[in-house]
Amino acid sequence: MDEITTVFVTESREQLAALEAALLQLESDPEDDDTLNAVFRSAHTIKGGAGVVECDFIVAFTHVVENALDKLRNGEIKLNVDLVALLLACSDHIGNLLGVLEAGTPDPDAELAAEGMALLARLQRDWIDDKPAGGLSRSGPPSPREEPVQSSGGGEVETDCWHISLRFGPDVLRNGMDPLSFLRYLASIGRIVRLETIADAMPDADAMDPEACYLGFEISFASTADKAAIERVFDFVSDDCTLHILPPHSKLADYVSLVLALPEDTMRLGEILVRVGALTQSELEAGLRTQQEPGETADDTIGGAQQTPLGEILVDQQVVQPELVEAAVVKQKQVQDKKVAESRLIRIQADKLDTLIDLVGELVIAGASVHLLAGKSGLGDLVEASSLTSRLVESIRDAALQLRMVQIGETFNRFNRVVRDVSLELGKDIELAISGGDTELDKSMVEKIGDPLMHLVRNAMDHGIEAPDVRVANGKPARGRLELNAYHDSGSIVIEVVDDGGGLKRERIIAKAVERGIIQPGQTLTDSEIYNLIFEAGFSTVEQVSNLSGRGVGMDVVRRNIQSLRGTVDVSSTAGEGSRFAIRLPLTLAIIDGFLVGIGRAAYVIPLDSVVECIELNQGEDVRDYVNLRGEVLPFVRLREMFEVPGAAPPRQNVVVVQYAGLKAGIVVDQLMGEFQTVIKPLGSIFRHIKGIGGSTILGSGEVALILDVQALVKRCAANANQGAERLQIESVTR
Amino acid sequence: MTETAKASPPPRIAIAEDMTIYNAAVHKQQLIEALGAHDELEIDLSAVAEVDTAGIQLMILVKREARRLGKQIHIVAHSQAVREVLDFYNLAAEFGDPMLIPARET
Repeated sequence: MDEITTVFVTESREQLAALEAALLQLESDPEDDDTLNAVFRSAHTIKGGAGVVECDFIVAFTHVVENALDKLRNGEIKLNVDLVALLLACSDHIGNLLGVLEAGTPDPDAELAAEGMALLARLQRDWIDDKPAGGLSRSGPPSPREEPVQSSGGGEVETDCWHISLRFGPDVLRNGMDPLSFLRYLASIGRIVRLETIADAMPDADAMDPEACYLGFEISFASTADKAAIERVFDFVSDDCTLHILPPHSKLADYVSLVLALPEDTMRLGEILVRVGALTQSELEAGLRTQQEPGETADDTIGGAQQTPLGEILVDQQVVQPELVEAAVVKQKQVQDKKVAESRLIRIQADKLDTLIDLVGELVIAGASVHLLAGKSGLGDLVEASSLTSRLVESIRDAALQLRMVQIGETFNRFNRVVRDVSLELGKDIELAISGGDTELDKSMVEKIGDPLMHLVRNAMDHGIEAPDVRVANGKPARGRLELNAYHDSGSIVIEVVDDGGGLKRERIIAKAVERGIIQPGQTLTDSEIYNLIFEAGFSTVEQVSNLSGRGVGMDVVRRNIQSLRGTVDVSSTAGEGSRFAIRLPLTLAIIDGFLVGIGRAAYVIPLDSVVECIELNQGEDVRDYVNLRGEVLPFVRLREMFEVPGAAPPRQNVVVVQYAGLKAGIVVDQLMGEFQTVIKPLGSIFRHIKGIGGSTILGSGEVALILDVQALVKRCAANANQGAERLQIESVTR
Repeated sequence: MTETAKASPPPRIAIAEDMTIYNAAVHKQQLIEALGAHDELEIDLSAVAEVDTAGIQLMILVKREARRLGKQIHIVAHSQAVREVLDFYNLAAEFGDPMLIPARET
């Protein structure tokens, strides 16, 4: 696939997304002309682009869709739910056709082609050819036509003519040119519907020169020729006559659409009109001359406000209709707006970005080394310079990472359509509420989170939210509510899927888990543990398998996908009130702010985002694995013991309090060494099974430091927390 | 060459050559003079083999002049060429000469 096709496919997919969003918006607000125009523009842009890449099957399909949209825009047909559904199906089909183009297949396969034909037939039959029952009533349906649907302006033939206004100069006859021959020639490229001879310019008999020409003609001319062709008829006398050609009214609509269809180049008004053929080059030149004239006579101000706009001149000279100028001006503005928008967005290849991030990572390491050496040298100026450099490097790092960050809103918005379609399918009324769409996360993450999210959303709609009658019976509003939230929380991004359905059935889950042998009968589990059983492989509580979900392959796959992103998924639920699925993902995969700690001679890095505070470990608390943090039980791990670092602990140890997913834990270390920019280097697969280590990094000194996996450490602590809490309580009672 | 038929009123002048720009000056003088001499005038164009815009223009001029002076002028016979051009220029109705249709039938 060549580059232009790739660009076309990418852009068309964006246009399709916009089209879909606008259609959904139209469904709730059918009267909104702006949205309708947006729909039309998207379809039109896709068609235009398909024309450029010569993808005929997309052009052909989109053309009919565009016709329907055009009718809609002209108010000839009214929008209703059926039409929106049909148009949505059409937009899906265009997406499929784009897929065909992307795959490099010359034509869509039979199945897809048949689907397209069926859609077009419905569109043609129900909307383009005939008036729907609810539409504007007009007596007698218009005859079906293969031709593109024109605007309904041209009812009679007469109004559908070019108007040519011709005044010959006096010397025409003497120069051996007879207007008659020109007019006869004109008749050869079309039909002169009506011709009026105008002799008003002829003086009285005495003054009349029989060899001079005084005649003028007003001609109605029916022809398929374009304006330039008509003008060419009079080429030979162009110096000796004044010629005005006004396009027919139906052409006017064509011109307007042509103007809108022009490629997005910055063009002058005149150029636009000439490009679509509404204005010929010579007419434009004449117009521009007129525009120059006042500028020449007015000596002090050149150009500027004194100049009459070209559009006005052209209308005055009767070479174009005002409507056309208006359309051209609108187009001009559109193009300018687009330019502005384009300048804010550039497309670059992802691997270039990755290279940049890698380089920035190296820069961070090198910078740290410089900083360290400068500190050792004791030269004040050098230290100052190096800290300035470090600060800049830090900014560069943030900016580089920011490049990879995208807002999650786009992913969320896709679900509008999903929720709409699925709720129709299920016969449920469900609204989708999206919040935190501007929360940013790494692009690679956004791409991978789509599928698990889709599964959770479908699951919530299928199993979570009850049927409307059940809801009403339970005293809930008939309309179900699904929420998608995203927010940042201590170095992670949290994405929630919340429904207000029946909640998870605790007993059913236990029964099922026992049946599947996941848990032992009589095993005591917390609610949270029970609910999270649904993520176990092969678990599905729904007896009735629908085609949406319930095949029991879902939740464990969801969890695996999320875990592969170093994330977690959690569920909480209240019977009768709904469930909440929370996906927690690390913000980035490449560079983090770290907190450097030391044990013995080795250094470790704790992600700074998860650090809450640091406290000193009192001597008396040395024997237990938890401390009393302002009345709270804080379990901790001793890294020295955990990693079996040889040597005795120093007399004063520190506890770094870290937090993950709402749980706090302490990490006991020998030394606190301060903040450190950390470039995450993955560990080899040999070390994959080591718990508590998330990766490695290189220090300024060139030494390697291990990055602690806070999630694993916190979990390990939390496992002991309950016991710890009990013991603490017992101790405080016995004290 | 033109012949003036003197016998019956209204007088009739017949134009025998092409009504083109080459003869326009002569024809103009002839027609205007004839118009000045008579109150009513018939013009026979049945022998005109060729007519151009200059010729048509002359006809328009004579018609207009007659109207201005309150005189009557009729084109009583049209050659094929004249009829065609008058038709093309959509002047038949304006000239109001009823002869056009019988002439076509011949």
